[in-house]
Amino acid sequence: MSAEPLLEVRGLKVRFATEDGIVRAVDGVDFELNEGRVLGIVGESGSGKSVTAMTVLGLTRDKNARFDGEVRYRGADLLPMSEPQLRGYRGREIAMIFQDPMTSLNPVHRVGDQIVESIVTHEGTRRRLAKRRAVELLRRVGIPNAAQRAEDYPHQFSGGMRQRAMIAMALACAPQLLIADEPTTALDVTIQAQIIELLRSLVEERKMALILITHDLGVVANIAQDILVMYAGRVVERSDKRGIFYDPQMPYTWGLLGSIPRLDRPKPEKLYSISGLPPSLIRLPRGCAFRPRCPHAFDRCFEEPPLADRIENPDHLDRCWLSVDEKRVLRVATISGERAA
Amino acid sequence: MTAFILRRLLGMVLVLFLVSVLVFVIFIVVPGGDPASRMAGKNPTRQNVINIRHKWGFDRPFYVQYYEMMKKAVTGVLPGPHGQYDVLRSFQNQTDVVQQIKRGMPATFSLAIGAGIIWLTFGIIVGTIAAVTAGGLSDRGITILALIGISMPVFWLGIVSRYFLAEKNSWFPDGEYVPLTQSPVQWAYHLILPWFVLAVLFIGFYGRVLRSNILDTINEDYVRTAKAKGLSPKTVMRKHVLRNSMIPIVTLFGLDFAAVLGGGAILTETVFDLHGVGQYAAESVGDLDLPPIMGVTLYGAFFIVLFSAIIDVLYAFLDPRIRPT
Repeated sequence: MSAEPLLEVRGLKVRFATEDGIVRAVDGVDFELNEGRVLGIVGESGSGKSVTAMTVLGLTRDKNARFDGEVRYRGADLLPMSEPQLRGYRGREIAMIFQDPMTSLNPVHRVGDQIVESIVTHEGTRRRLAKRRAVELLRRVGIPNAAQRAEDYPHQFSGGMRQRAMIAMALACAPQLLIADEPTTALDVTIQAQIIELLRSLVEERKMALILITHDLGVVANIAQDILVMYAGRVVERSDKRGIFYDPQMPYTWGLLGSIPRLDRPKPEKLYSISGLPPSLIRLPRGCAFRPRCPHAFDRCFEEPPLADRIENPDHLDRCWLSVDEKRVLRVATISGERAA
Repeated sequence: MTAFILRRLLGMVLVLFLVSVLVFVIFIVVPGGDPASRMAGKNPTRQNVINIRHKWGFDRPFYVQYYEMMKKAVTGVLPGPHGQYDVLRSFQNQTDVVQQIKRGMPATFSLAIGAGIIWLTFGIIVGTIAAVTAGGLSDRGITILALIGISMPVFWLGIVSRYFLAEKNSWFPDGEYVPLTQSPVQWAYHLILPWFVLAVLFIGFYGRVLRSNILDTINEDYVRTAKAKGLSPKTVMRKHVLRNSMIPIVTLFGLDFAAVLGGGAILTETVFDLHGVGQYAAESVGDLDLPPIMGVTLYGAFFIVLFSAIIDVLYAFLDPRIRPT
């Protein structure tokens, strides 16, 4: 058993040159992921979570994009790799599923063939054998009459079934790491739970690591062991699940927690919402990026807080200048919604 | 499928009927269209004209004339020997219209098929290169060339290329059509100039359309999925981008190709003196000769209707979403 993590991201920066200026989509992200672990990356739209995930697979490469840092998969840095080298990882070692299953499958190819394509590309398997495996995969992700449905086109599938098919496609070459970018956002609530449950059972069964990207802390609650909270391209809090849900340190995390409707608590007058909009990634506010929207901001927040261990737990890091005692008092109101902001 | 074919056949009959009525009505309304006075020659006597009018039936109600004309047209198309006056004949020189069209068809078909292959092939190549290098030097170069190609009128390009390449320097034969059966080499040699002259416009146009289709498709989520699967750029391009971007091109090609088959390349045929159906149409219009105009129009409309049905079938084949289930 090696101590080396499966995926190690160090100082990752992604910048895009646009007409309006340089967009700092990801601004120094660090995390690591061990085999078989589930990491949740949580944040609003534009917090850099999708860009981080897609950069792991080199899908953000573009002539306007600049990358810094390291993305090590089993020790090998993927960031400077050539496209042909990287293709050996895509789909085979690291697979990805996307937000909108309605548009993520090619409408003109049969569902089964789109899975076969992946197997044939990476393993050179004969089509007939690959087809049999595709049907097996579809059955595993819960498609009824899999053999028959493999011959269908994506438009003949419902949204939930398409996402299942996407998962089957991602699993085709038994990857060690699955990245799911908002896999349930476009689906009905009842289907959401089924998809998350499917992912959970697959991760267990295949000892596969999973990065689950979402804006909804409720989605990661049941599945992730570690959680990364991102804001404006940076990690603002990082901890195991317990730490995030029971001892959150960052006012932004409180806001996310407070905005989840909960049945196990007295009904708040109004569900908490974080006021304002995320900052422009071209012109970030001075100091803490969350300062302009933070109800607890004070003088010191004009200075940028480093990501640091503030509660004597080396596995729980955050970026907030408030003292630990202040936080414990202030957060109650936000999270339980007693004093809705 | 049977229902589809039946529906299409019915539609075809309706379209041909409407087209023929339209041609007939326009001809009656158009000034100088009176065939009798034209046929009577210079300075005819009044009685002369009246006699001709009566003999040819121009004094009968227009719907009777229309009916007679259509009956003759249909008879002429049917196989077997026909009586002298049972088939559609030119007012001008009494030639059998159907036979004239049949004589022009080999040249027109040769022109259409050759040019169609050229413009489709080059259109796809040019459009793909432009899209792949979008914003780059070759894209800009291609864009300019495509615009030049689209802007050059066929009659001008045809005459200029004929002058420089066939007359001033005799690198190519100077017009005329040589039947394929007579000499395949001469056939192709004689057609190279007309093929390219006709294709230039379409290459530019198809290239532009395909370029923008590809650029739209490249940003589709399923293309990102294909990349995330680890497919090579070539496979992504071929199976996921081109395959989807080509669907609108099929429609364009079907209709343009049908138009050329139907004698629509009037200018190319005339400039290169190919004696195809298009040139026959041009001559007939010049003579205001109704029967050939009617014949050629129906012939062209037939191909348009036929090919739009073929496109529909192909379309369903290319895009499963519109396939009836």
